[in-house]
Amino acid sequence: MLNVGKIEEGFVLDHIKAGKSLDIYEHLQLDKLDCTVAIIKNARSGKMGKKDILKVECDINTLDLDILAYIDHNITVNVIKNGVIEEKKVLVLPKEIKNVIKCHNPRCITSIEQELPHIFCLADAEKEIYRCKYCEQKYTESAK
Amino acid sequence: MRHLMNPLDFSTEELDKLFDLANDIEQNPAKYAHTCDGKILATCFYEPSTRTRLSFESAMTRLGGRVIGFSDAASSSASKGESVSDTIRIISCYADICAMRHPKEGAPMVASEHSGIPVINAGDGGHQHPTQTLTDLLTIRSMKGRLDNFTIGLCGDLKFGRTVHSLIDALIRYDNIRFIFISPEELRVPDYITDMLSEKKIPYEEVIRLEDVMPRLDLLYMTRVQKERFFNEEDYVRLKDFYILDTDKMQLAGKDMLVLHPLPRVNEISVEVDSDPRAAYFKQAQYGVYVRMALILTLLGLA
Repeated sequence: MLNVGKIEEGFVLDHIKAGKSLDIYEHLQLDKLDCTVAIIKNARSGKMGKKDILKVECDINTLDLDILAYIDHNITVNVIKNGVIEEKKVLVLPKEIKNVIKCHNPRCITSIEQELPHIFCLADAEKEIYRCKYCEQKYTESAK
Repeated sequence: MRHLMNPLDFSTEELDKLFDLANDIEQNPAKYAHTCDGKILATCFYEPSTRTRLSFESAMTRLGGRVIGFSDAASSSASKGESVSDTIRIISCYADICAMRHPKEGAPMVASEHSGIPVINAGDGGHQHPTQTLTDLLTIRSMKGRLDNFTIGLCGDLKFGRTVHSLIDALIRYDNIRFIFISPEELRVPDYITDMLSEKKIPYEEVIRLEDVMPRLDLLYMTRVQKERFFNEEDYVRLKDFYILDTDKMQLAGKDMLVLHPLPRVNEISVEVDSDPRAAYFKQAQYGVYVRMALILTLLGLA
């Protein structure tokens, strides 16, 4: 078993669907942070069979984790302070998502003005429905 | 600073104030003839829409203001590739308020985010056309004296009709509204609307023949059924007469029922109906000017 050391302050993102850790690395823009990041792929998991884990050593106020809820709300977020788990964060769907998913409506203004951000607003939290801020088209997985 | 992107941007209380103002303008036009002296409205129309543009221009002119603008994308800097956000920054230096029509959905909202002046969505593709909805509501309120307790028939193309969808959204905020959707099977109102009505327990029914429901209607909102919306010629020929309003069908209706239509009409309302006192569609165009006058005054903070 591969051993990755403890972190003093930061996050351990556990129960990431196997193979998805790099997507999350990108969405959280971890490449832009000057900190230690451990990406563990295909770790054994009693619950999931295989899973990915991300360990990020950073100031706990630097990361916006809301987006994780949109990507996969089954991810467990452990907040680490002084080497111990200080909090297990409950993921809440973000009210607004910017530049994570794209509007695929060919009639939307974002289809012709490339510099515009792709912003989606949470329209129905229960049904997890997001709509484009500009054209209000519902985002569907199949349009990805 | 306030913009108008969606008819639901205004609460029902705010709409009441807006409509009171529109009615006061209707009764006392001279009182408002100089309220916008020295103000400029920019009409930025990236696609032609003569009626809407002229209605805005008439509204501003009747308030004493002046109008600048363009009437299609070819005569604007958009043809050189300028973005909406850049255009509105420039227009903000030239005018005090802007009415924008654009073929792309959400373009006026992009403008509002970068604008130094109030922006009115004058129609963005198949998305929203809030001043049409405000016009419809003002017409109903002015001619019926209320916006609640109605049975309204919506007839024609209910699938693609943007004005119909916006009107439904706007009317469900009032008490005791019953909808009757009259359309061919192919052009039924989308499921998300009927689902929403069911969820909110707002009564509705869907029928195919206009004649069957005429006696029960307080309002009839007509829209055009376009031939190209049908899957085959046979269905079109079979159904098209169901959706043509003529004097025979009008005889089935109550004496106080009103007929509305966003216009332009083609042949879905026979010209013989025009002289019927229940035909409200030309008055609707007049109310369109009053509501835009009230809107301009409100957004400029002059109301």
